[in-house]
Amino acid sequence: MARNERDAATAAPDAFSGGNKRDTPPFEVTAKVALADNQLRRNLGKATQAIRDKREAAAGEMPDWEELREAGSAIKTRVMRHLDEYLVQLEDSVRRAGGTVHWARDAEEANGIVAGIARENIGEEGTREVVKVKSIATDEIKLNEHLEKEGIHAAETDLAELIIQLAGEGSSHILVPAIHKNRAEIRELFMRELGLGDLSDEPEVLAEAARIYLRRKFLSAKVGVSGANFAVAETGTVCVVESEGNGRMCTTLPDTLVTVMGIEKIIPEWRDFEVFMQTLPRSSTAERMNPYTSFWTGVSEDDGPREFHLVLLDNGRTEVLADEIGRQSLNCIRCSACLNSCPVYDRVGGHAYNSVYPGPIGAILTPQLAGIGSSPGADSLPYASSLCGACYEVCPVKINIPEVLIHLRGKVVRNKQDNGGAKAKLDPENVAMQTLAKTFSDPRLYEASQRAALVGQWPLARSGAIHSLPGRLAGWTSARDLAPVPEQSFRRWWREERGGAER
Amino acid sequence: MNAREEILSRIRRATDDVPQGERPGDVAVERGYRHADGSSREEIISRFAETVAEYRATVHRVDGDELPEAIAEALARRGVQRLAVPADLPSDWLPDGIEALRDAADSPLSKESLDGSDGVLTGCALGIAQTGTIVLDAGALQGRRVLTLLPDYHLCVVRGDQVHGLVPEAITALGEVVRDTGRAVTFISGPSATSDIELERVEGVHGPRTLEVLIAG
Ligand code: SF4
Repeated sequence: MARNERDAATAAPDAFSGGNKRDTPPFEVTAKVALADNQLRRNLGKATQAIRDKREAAAGEMPDWEELREAGSAIKTRVMRHLDEYLVQLEDSVRRAGGTVHWARDAEEANGIVAGIARENIGEEGTREVVKVKSIATDEIKLNEHLEKEGIHAAETDLAELIIQLAGEGSSHILVPAIHKNRAEIRELFMRELGLGDLSDEPEVLAEAARIYLRRKFLSAKVGVSGANFAVAETGTVCVVESEGNGRMCTTLPDTLVTVMGIEKIIPEWRDFEVFMQTLPRSSTAERMNPYTSFWTGVSEDDGPREFHLVLLDNGRTEVLADEIGRQSLNCIRCSACLNSCPVYDRVGGHAYNSVYPGPIGAILTPQLAGIGSSPGADSLPYASSLCGACYEVCPVKINIPEVLIHLRGKVVRNKQDNGGAKAKLDPENVAMQTLAKTFSDPRLYEASQRAALVGQWPLARSGAIHSLPGRLAGWTSARDLAPVPEQSFRRWWREERGGAER
Repeated sequence: MNAREEILSRIRRATDDVPQGERPGDVAVERGYRHADGSSREEIISRFAETVAEYRATVHRVDGDELPEAIAEALARRGVQRLAVPADLPSDWLPDGIEALRDAADSPLSKESLDGSDGVLTGCALGIAQTGTIVLDAGALQGRRVLTLLPDYHLCVVRGDQVHGLVPEAITALGEVVRDTGRAVTFISGPSATSDIELERVEGVHGPRTLEVLIAG
């Protein structure tokens, strides 16, 4: 593949950047480029298969997994319905604990707040640098680029983030952003960029190189920047879940800590951790518990930063909240299980989504945050799915991603209709989506149609995928393959396993 | 309108489908998951020892009165000379011939001296058997967070009666500390690790690369 073609497909994500949206290429276009990249497919296939198997074991070990998913979903639903109250409560709790709370309507406002705090606390002498722990919210607002413009370097400290920052690329996976790079590529990059001389391509040697390089930065940093996995309205406690220890470094060592969090990251009570600290690690890294989790409540005397700033970010989230079906997308705890379970993601990788939120969750979140009709790229994402439902089955907070996808497809088509002519009104996809949307929102109809599909699909399925649908739906499958309906749906299997107890 | 007011009013508009009179508590949260591990104390402690060891941390079980000896042996095996310790660590935990760097409130250890130490010895707030997790809350025998962050080796003493069965039991116990003192809490499950390079697990990127646990009593 031509070098420049590859670059276009892997350019930093730009699906939405608060106010100055730029057109992104549609998913079909970037997906084709990604599909042609054999190295990427090999790296990715190996990785997602391994995580999928491990996750299943980690969740399977829990006899109360479904109850935990149910509780997680209910807690998040409660938060979204009363988000205003919880945010005010959080603000109050953080202030009482000695922190400062800022509100940011969009990316620009948030970037300005962080830059201001950094400028004030970074000191005159020394490097104009902040240390940063991986955070998707700060990727979303392009904080690093903004700080760079202000003459402040944001040093990414996750190994994977360091790798892609050095490579000048965007992340391809929420959890393992450098999943598309193999050890030889990383060795080459480190030797070129870190100036540490000859290295072998052993992961241990490469990790050691990163440790030495970053330790110097941690010890001298004045300002740390982080995201948040959760923030507790009741106590004001903020939580960062991680593996490497760089999160602890960034939130403990600098004198000043700035945390940027989406307003949806709130949980009502400290007690709610009993749910999420069970479901998040098992769903994401497929471990019983991730190596490190930090919880801090404002500032503590003599322990950690002297100043703590919490930036509450909207940047399109209230738009998502306004859509009663789309609202559940905000329940996401960014575990990435849906990415690993997705047959489409598995083949095209994260860059094809042209967003900081790739995979199934990105396919629903990105177009909503950017706004339907804002760009062909965002509008194409609800179609980046075969609707097989695997994402829904693994989601630890039970986001019905297929339902939202179909709902959004309807919105995309309706938007085209409103801005297009009579031709769009008869678009077969629009008609089909309206029916499907109804089906997905009713569990009984959904199962009935799954059974019908199982019986009806055999003449269509060839080599494990459905390549063409008859009649009115033909236009839909001409551009994408459908995964066949599994012989036994999860819902059915579950009911049989649990002796018919419907929940 | 300032940002705060505007975001709050956007939220209120976005959720105008929620009935006026609905309170947050009206949205039911069924907590039908397990809340306590009914196993015996001995079972819970051995499960803890197993789950911690599965993260490739080193685990030893010792009788309470053998603790100082076990500490001395662990430090000797590791060749520790300069050992960082919290201010309130009992002196009989410290073997002869070790240079103790005490992190006292009036003379805190610098980042550099912690970075240059050979290891750190602490107690903990509690342990979680279900997940093999050690929890620090900056309380007794633990000190500041930075103590267990910069040294490359962490030797941690967990008393048998500090081990809880399930995550919910630990969260309940920690709720008091968080609400009453606001102290920071850290969960540690095995040594620092990454799987960023071809998903191959590598121990120790930034935190202590070796975690050794002594379960006492
Ligand atoms: S949508 Fe669900 S499965 Fe996907 S990242 Fe979010 S919480 Fe995880």
